[in-house]
Amino acid sequence: MKPSRWSYIALSAAVALVTLLLTLLLINISERKQEGRQAYLELARLTEDTVDPLEWAKNFPRQYDGYKRTVDTQRTRYGGSDAFSRLDQDPRLKRIFAGHAFALDYREERGHAYSLKDQDETERTKQRPQPGSCLHCHASVIPAYRKLGGGDVMKGFELLCPMPFAEARKLVTHPVVCVDCHDPATMAIRVTRPGFINGIKALKKGQGVDNYDPNTMATRQEMRSFVCAQCHVEYYFAGDKKLVTYPWAKGLKVEEIEAYYDEVKFSDWVHAETGAGVLKAQHPEFELWSQGMHSRSGVACADCHMPYLRQGAVKISDHWVRSPLLNTERACLTCHPFPAEEMKARAEAIQERNAALLARAEDALVALIDDLKAARAAGVPQQKLEAALKLQRRAQFRADFINAENSMGFHAPQEAARILAEAIDFARQGQLAVMRGR
Amino acid sequence: MAGLGLYTFVYAQGYSYFSNDPNACANCHIMREHLESWQKSSHHARAVCNDCHTPHALAPKFLTKAENGWNHSVKFTLHTFSDPIRIRASNAERLQANCIRCHQDLVEDMKALSCVRCHAGVGHGPRR
Repeated sequence: MKPSRWSYIALSAAVALVTLLLTLLLINISERKQEGRQAYLELARLTEDTVDPLEWAKNFPRQYDGYKRTVDTQRTRYGGSDAFSRLDQDPRLKRIFAGHAFALDYREERGHAYSLKDQDETERTKQRPQPGSCLHCHASVIPAYRKLGGGDVMKGFELLCPMPFAEARKLVTHPVVCVDCHDPATMAIRVTRPGFINGIKALKKGQGVDNYDPNTMATRQEMRSFVCAQCHVEYYFAGDKKLVTYPWAKGLKVEEIEAYYDEVKFSDWVHAETGAGVLKAQHPEFELWSQGMHSRSGVACADCHMPYLRQGAVKISDHWVRSPLLNTERACLTCHPFPAEEMKARAEAIQERNAALLARAEDALVALIDDLKAARAAGVPQQKLEAALKLQRRAQFRADFINAENSMGFHAPQEAARILAEAIDFARQGQLAVMRGR
Repeated sequence: MAGLGLYTFVYAQGYSYFSNDPNACANCHIMREHLESWQKSSHHARAVCNDCHTPHALAPKFLTKAENGWNHSVKFTLHTFSDPIRIRASNAERLQANCIRCHQDLVEDMKALSCVRCHAGVGHGPRR
């Protein structure tokens, strides 16, 4: 039998289809081979003054892609990158922060790309005069420091911090960007922030190491945490010059930081309801992490917050810096051989327990504030309340240390529980002290 | 078409998959770290990838290669694998059989346990 016309057509079509698929496969393999060589093309010349991430994007499009996604808004159970009001969520905070700018506006932080915009928009800046110090971390500020200091970054830092915020704000254009962590010539990670460079030097001095310089003395793995610790730390504005200072000279634990503040006689504000000189903890992620098991095991911030990511044949670190709870597979499973759901459940169990303890600590603190307020209203003289006011300072700093820290206790669960237990104890001791004073 | 197919095969070093050469396993880039860490591992002087990851009889060996080869090429081409990559149950069984094949005398009484659960770094690692 002679084959029909249709069978010829079908055969030709099949050959054409297979050829097409083969060609697509060949192109795919070829692309992967190109990527595999990891050739990086220097299209833009980057310098220390290149703050615009779009310039860096010309050479590093994949990393820029991730960085840009930090504009995304995502919620986790306790945090995320959605600017919800912490004051509405937890009304106790309005009492705890009475008299401080944080009682006006306290929102969850958004991603890196928003760091400057959020600073511009917060009521803390709008309603209260702030110094230029804020830009130390909210902006890509090093070129401005260098220009102001005539080439000397440290000098510029000391000149810019005391300036009024609105005036200093004109000197910067971008939020946290590439040049803040990367050397434009070698791409090596490096630290640039004067506050961190001074702070880590003071910390190491306390440990017997003089003139510590992280950029030349730290290991690469240490640097993968230090770049984050440039900003994700506890700090205060020291003296009239409002210099951004990390209170690490005695160590990184909460009581060591507190002892430092006691020694320099620093209070962030005077509590409006009780008159106590109290401390506002900032976001001591580096400090709390350093007391935890991950830190002890040599796991850096970037391991979980910027885990490796494969794109075709290329492996990069994910510059979409975010909660590992939103990226559990890459963040946890590289080291932990369990399913992603299991790792997420473990982390959330830790956070849930910590949140319950934190709620108790805040309840205890508010109860102390109530008692102090009532005692003052009843005319109990201030000197009879001194002991209780000191205990408010202790309890306040501990509860706030864990509340302001952005991991809901995960970075060091046992340390967080210890700190909260102390907070509860100091607050209740404070109530007893009020009773004794009356 | 045959020419194009042959060219693609040669270009992709398809023939290398019939060999015992560990470099073939990193052809598609994904296992580059595994290859590099194997070169520094305790087993690299005695065992290549196939010694641990494929059966040793000819037919099962090539069946295993064919099965995994197909899975890997589909997943890598379409980029549908999960990251970090994990060994599948059937491959873990083959791996375990190969641990025992060499270490028979030592592990006679503890065959019920997975060797690599504890000895995670002997072949290659670190996991990241």
